[in-house]
Amino acid sequence: MIVLAAGSYGLKVLGVTTLGSVVERRLGALVSLLPAVLFSALIVVMTFETAGELVLDARVVGVGVGALAVWRKAPLLVVVLAAMSVTAGLRLVA
Amino acid sequence: MDPAGDDARRRRRRDCLVVSLAVGVIGVTFGVFAEAAGFDLPRIVVMSALVFTGASQFAAVGVIDDGGTGGAAVGSALLLATRNALYGPVVRKSLPDSTLPRLGAAHLVIDETTAMAVAQPDRRSGWDAFWFTGVTLWICWNLGSLAGAALGAVLSTPETWGLDAAFPAIFVALLATHLRTPAGRVAAIVAAVIALGAVPVTAAGVPILLAVVAVLPALYVRHRRPSGSAVPPGESGPQP
Repeated sequence: MIVLAAGSYGLKVLGVTTLGSVVERRLGALVSLLPAVLFSALIVVMTFETAGELVLDARVVGVGVGALAVWRKAPLLVVVLAAMSVTAGLRLVA
Repeated sequence: MDPAGDDARRRRRRDCLVVSLAVGVIGVTFGVFAEAAGFDLPRIVVMSALVFTGASQFAAVGVIDDGGTGGAAVGSALLLATRNALYGPVVRKSLPDSTLPRLGAAHLVIDETTAMAVAQPDRRSGWDAFWFTGVTLWICWNLGSLAGAALGAVLSTPETWGLDAAFPAIFVALLATHLRTPAGRVAAIVAAVIALGAVPVTAAGVPILLAVVAVLPALYVRHRRPSGSAVPPGESGPQP
């Protein structure tokens, strides 16, 4: 926890100091692609993984509906509520 | 200050507040999630106050929840926090010149504050938007985390409420702005395939670290088609 707090603050400081501009010049292209990579991988793991195995359950449908809401440019709150209610609803029926 | 300036500031701050309140709601879900993953109340409060990077906090707690090691949790979270370092060069022109205020402001450098600051027409309004979003968002995020952690003890099984689907959905929303460029789409698709392949054969948290390799084909695509190379930071929506 201490490492994480110090590390995340350190990264922020790194950005606003002169070091930040060096990083941006040298590795800017690579770092700007990191969010796409990390979020995509996180989505896959959070949607399909249960205890180290790939699992298809109500989550997948809920996240799909959430993605549809994102595509329709719905507010974040609507996206979250749609994903949750569809998943919870399916579990209630199943 | 002239009346027109006052009016502009009022409108600007109202927009900042909307972003902060939306993040506060996500803060509640973070509190519930962290509580369900076995984090106690003091640890949740300290984490939200000091780490203050929503996506990283979700990632760290998610890895622990999936049975990953502390090292894997910190690794994934810090990888996600790396983009805050990239925001530095972008918001630097909106921040004060002196060292101490700048070091204080650094803690508030995240998706939303960067987006609100660079959306302003000049440096002074940019700084106003930055600190106002930063301070209100910090308060909302922490109050939300606290409320969620307290509420989490009441909700015995978050799965009943579909909460486990809420987090990937949040990341779909966070991912959306990064899919506007060919390189971003290649990065996301390759990363998803790597993560899918890695889940059954590696420890929790490792699939996400392995997926970083996906920047290589994406860089190749961007190199071949340099047009539309970066997502403007001002275009990202409300994000924790």
